[in-house]
Amino acid sequence: MSTGAHTEPLVRVEDIHTYYGKSHILHGVSLEVGHGEIVGLLGRNGVGKSTTLKAIMGLVHPTRGEVLLESQSVGHLPAHRVARLGIGYVPEDRRIFRLLTVSENLRTGLDGRGVSEARKKELLDMVFDYFPVLAERRSQAGGTLSGGEQQMLAIARVMMLEPKIILLDEPTEGLMPRMVSQIRHIIHVLRREGVAVLLVEQNVPLTLEASERVYFMEKGQVRHQAVASELHADHEVVHKYLGV
Amino acid sequence: MPTTRSFTSIWEYDLLEQILIQTINGIVVGMILALVASGLTLIFGIMDVVNFAHGELFMLGAYVGVVTLATLVVAALGAAIHVTTLRPLLGRDPLNTILVTFGVSLVLQNYALWQFGPVARKINEPFVGHFNLFYLEYPWYRLMIALLSAAIIGALWLFLKYSTYGVWIRATTQDRVMAQAMGIPVPRLLTLVFAIGSGMAAASGVLFGPLVGVNHAMGLDWVLKAFIVVVVGGMGNLVGSIAAAIFISLTESYASLWVSPSQAIIVSFVVLILTLLLRPTGLFVPTPK
Repeated sequence: MSTGAHTEPLVRVEDIHTYYGKSHILHGVSLEVGHGEIVGLLGRNGVGKSTTLKAIMGLVHPTRGEVLLESQSVGHLPAHRVARLGIGYVPEDRRIFRLLTVSENLRTGLDGRGVSEARKKELLDMVFDYFPVLAERRSQAGGTLSGGEQQMLAIARVMMLEPKIILLDEPTEGLMPRMVSQIRHIIHVLRREGVAVLLVEQNVPLTLEASERVYFMEKGQVRHQAVASELHADHEVVHKYLGV
Repeated sequence: MPTTRSFTSIWEYDLLEQILIQTINGIVVGMILALVASGLTLIFGIMDVVNFAHGELFMLGAYVGVVTLATLVVAALGAAIHVTTLRPLLGRDPLNTILVTFGVSLVLQNYALWQFGPVARKINEPFVGHFNLFYLEYPWYRLMIALLSAAIIGALWLFLKYSTYGVWIRATTQDRVMAQAMGIPVPRLLTLVFAIGSGMAAASGVLFGPLVGVNHAMGLDWVLKAFIVVVVGGMGNLVGSIAAAIFISLTESYASLWVSPSQAIIVSFVVLILTLLLRPTGLFVPTPK
């Protein structure tokens, strides 16, 4: 899917401000993600990347500004409504339902949405095809999976919602280096399925390689955007916003 | 439990027979307690609400007197209580919910006092058959209670294990935020759980009513015991609560071989205190990490 068929972006964040208690976390964040587009969100720790994702998901409600999904305002909706409208969220620590089996984890997103049995089977077949290890472990409790398997499950689970966009928060965090190529593969899978991704990641080479565009955040604001292919990990822009 | 024995004559009968009878008594009462406590622990597990009105829902059920009707009416009442008093407090300090449910319990108790009067009401057993158990004529109704309670708990287990709402309830109990992000309608689900817990309290009230009669203050004893069970079983742990209910009930039953039943409740408190001291996460949960 390309952005060309749509005039409006899939998700538009307009000047959102959020507070955590009294501290002002986001100071007017604005960004856009097109249909099927992979967009990276880079920045040092604590600049508000995760909070931006939470605000889009409806887990944090902005006090000012708008979150628009296909021109519809969703910033004030509870998270479960936002999820049903097509925004999927894979949090930083994956948050698998540890005592639920792999199948039950997948069911949380599959049931109760009025999806036909045939379509449910299609969706399950699709993720089991992409991640065969999940099929092998379908009756195993989520908490017994390895870190990489849990990451696959977290993404497979959110794919059950048939989202238009997935907010992916630090998918490589805590994974062994050889699992990073697995994440690259997963993002590739999502691109092939036409799902847009907003990717927050510390791994700069991976982000630049996987994304079409990248935003750089600093102090609760988006300060810069660039076409990913025009940057590399040593580029001065990268150093400016991420360097130590 | 006046039918079981007279206090003076304990050694007139074989001790083994006594123990067997007390085992059956313990299991019967334990099953009712398990029914009360599983509703309480379900509610606590998913919403961190300590429901002080649980005993009053039990009492109202006992007044209604018919299992299906009581369950439905009190479940609807539970849903209404949740929507009007607890949902607005979502995300606030748990202390607020304690105050609210305590307030609701006072309202319900005084409503019952006003409506039904202070005199305990005798409720007839739905059937009066007995069978011989050693020197006793043991009422069939008591065995019925144990079986019905077990059936209701079994139905709850199947519901939690296999139904969509069951999977959602378990997911939400583990991680409410992530459950919401997965599109699970959490506010509606919490109301449903509160209704289920209320309905189960009412069902146990109906089953227990005929054993000792019904009055407006009967809920207190039960909610107290159910709290002990929930703590001993591990807060929010359903299987633990059921095991703890049977365990505590049996211990009390055996203790009342030697002391009066009203003193035997001391045993429950001893178990509670020991649990809190030695294993605060509950007796019937795997060793915590």
